[in-house]
Amino acid sequence: MSAVQPAVLVTAHIEPVHVPKSLSEPLWVRLLLGGIALLFLTLFLFIPLAAVFSEALKKGWEVYLTAITEDDAWSAIKLTLLTASIAVPLNLVFGVAAAWTIAKFEFRGKNVLLTLIDLPFSVSPIISGLIYVLIFGAQGWIGPWLRDHDIKILFAVPGIVLATIFVTFPFVARELIPLMQSQGSEEEEAALVLGASGWKTFWHVTLPNIKWGLLYGVILCNARAMGEFGAVSVVSGHIRGETNTIPLQVEILYNEYNFTAAFAVASLLALLALITLVLKSLVEWRLRHELSEQPLQLIEE
Amino acid sequence: MPGFHLTLGFTLFYLTLIVLIPLSAVFLKTFTMSWPAFWSAVTSDRVMASYRLSFGASLIGASLNVVFGGIVAWVLVRYEFPGKKIIDALVDLPFALPTAVAGIALTALYSANGWLGRYLEPMGIKVAFTPLGVIVALTFIGLPFVVRTVQPVLEEAERELEEAAASLGANNWQTFTRIIFPTLLPALLTGFALAFARATGEYGSVIFIAGNMPMVSEITPLFIITKLEQYDYAGATAIAVVMLTISFILLLTINLLQAWSRRRSQSERS
Repeated sequence: MSAVQPAVLVTAHIEPVHVPKSLSEPLWVRLLLGGIALLFLTLFLFIPLAAVFSEALKKGWEVYLTAITEDDAWSAIKLTLLTASIAVPLNLVFGVAAAWTIAKFEFRGKNVLLTLIDLPFSVSPIISGLIYVLIFGAQGWIGPWLRDHDIKILFAVPGIVLATIFVTFPFVARELIPLMQSQGSEEEEAALVLGASGWKTFWHVTLPNIKWGLLYGVILCNARAMGEFGAVSVVSGHIRGETNTIPLQVEILYNEYNFTAAFAVASLLALLALITLVLKSLVEWRLRHELSEQPLQLIEE
Repeated sequence: MPGFHLTLGFTLFYLTLIVLIPLSAVFLKTFTMSWPAFWSAVTSDRVMASYRLSFGASLIGASLNVVFGGIVAWVLVRYEFPGKKIIDALVDLPFALPTAVAGIALTALYSANGWLGRYLEPMGIKVAFTPLGVIVALTFIGLPFVVRTVQPVLEEAERELEEAAASLGANNWQTFTRIIFPTLLPALLTGFALAFARATGEYGSVIFIAGNMPMVSEITPLFIITKLEQYDYAGATAIAVVMLTISFILLLTINLLQAWSRRRSQSERS
């Protein structure tokens, strides 16, 4: 497996062993390294995160609440939810199908397929948007035809959804593939021998086995779907109240020097990120727990 | 095992529709350009300056992450301290936080009256709206990569080897340079390549803090946008092809690095 975002999940974690005294570094080295790590994380993670909430609440709760309930903000929230509710399920179905075909069967070109699935991660968000401009834009492949038939894709909601599907394409698949490969097919084979149909086997045997990995992929996929900026920015057209997602609304407010409102709307996304991290940690803990119960070989092919 | 044709068919169909056809549009579009037009589009002074900034800043950001991300991974694996689980979870923040939010937050921090900028500017260090700001943003978004590639390797590293080295009289520094560092090297390089690849294409977190001055602080993805806004689709696409080609080369490099890393850790276990 490979790509521009590391699959943290399935690399088996082994709890650190007890360290004999003679092996640990002197106290001053430990303090120095700990201090450097803390300083680095404070500078690059904690302070920026704190700044979002501090700037958002600078002028008090009332201004904050007005900023996030105002009409344009509200329509941005609705568009973001709509986009994620289309993109995530589609990529979920794809992820399950791709994982099933790759984990359960041997066929030629499997490695090529694996690389192609990861491809969207290595494409700049701007290029992920550009490709849809080249297809649906006025000078694009089917742009003129769409114009004649009065169908709007670019600078409208369908374009935003398509760009979001593209950038979140690999998330579920790349969590499920190594997980299903590590679980093998014995349980499914047993169910089939006992007379269960393929669908029944999937619902009652496979799905319970992969549910935590599935959830993990969905959480990551959803976070990216709701937060994507670059790709969506290219295809959105930035029409207020119509084609602005939450991240685009943040940009517009910021560029209008309406900083408090920009940070207020941004704080919603920061909250989403924190919730994502909490859920992700819980699921990771759950997965590790399950994996430690069944002594499986966890080597990615 | 049933479902092979169904799942493979659907996988290929969806992959082709969502990824392959749209991506091929970029290459097909450039075939409509003449070679001289393509060449001048991808080598103009302004775009060359943007390559230097994008790749230079990505290189520095990824290097900073190798050093500090390596230390963070070390501290998280080897030391016990209160709040460790929370800090560990927060390392993934740059993956989870939308890039636009990171962008405005960093800009607010480093602008003249920001929390950090107000101390840096009197010292003559301008971060916001300069290439330095680009480096800060690209360091932020690359932060989790090195930590997350080094962490599992460090967790699985065999302490017996270190114990053996220590019992044979090696001091801490020798143990580190001869035993630990060679084990971590493939993971460090993989993390570096991942962070670098991500940074070269990054847009959202950079554009707010960069100032976006042509020739000075304009990154390549932004230049593609500028071309698009001028309706120069061919020019935008030509630069996109250059960036895509570099991304694919990086992806290949990362694949090879990961294969090396896996081989290294497997041969150690056996």
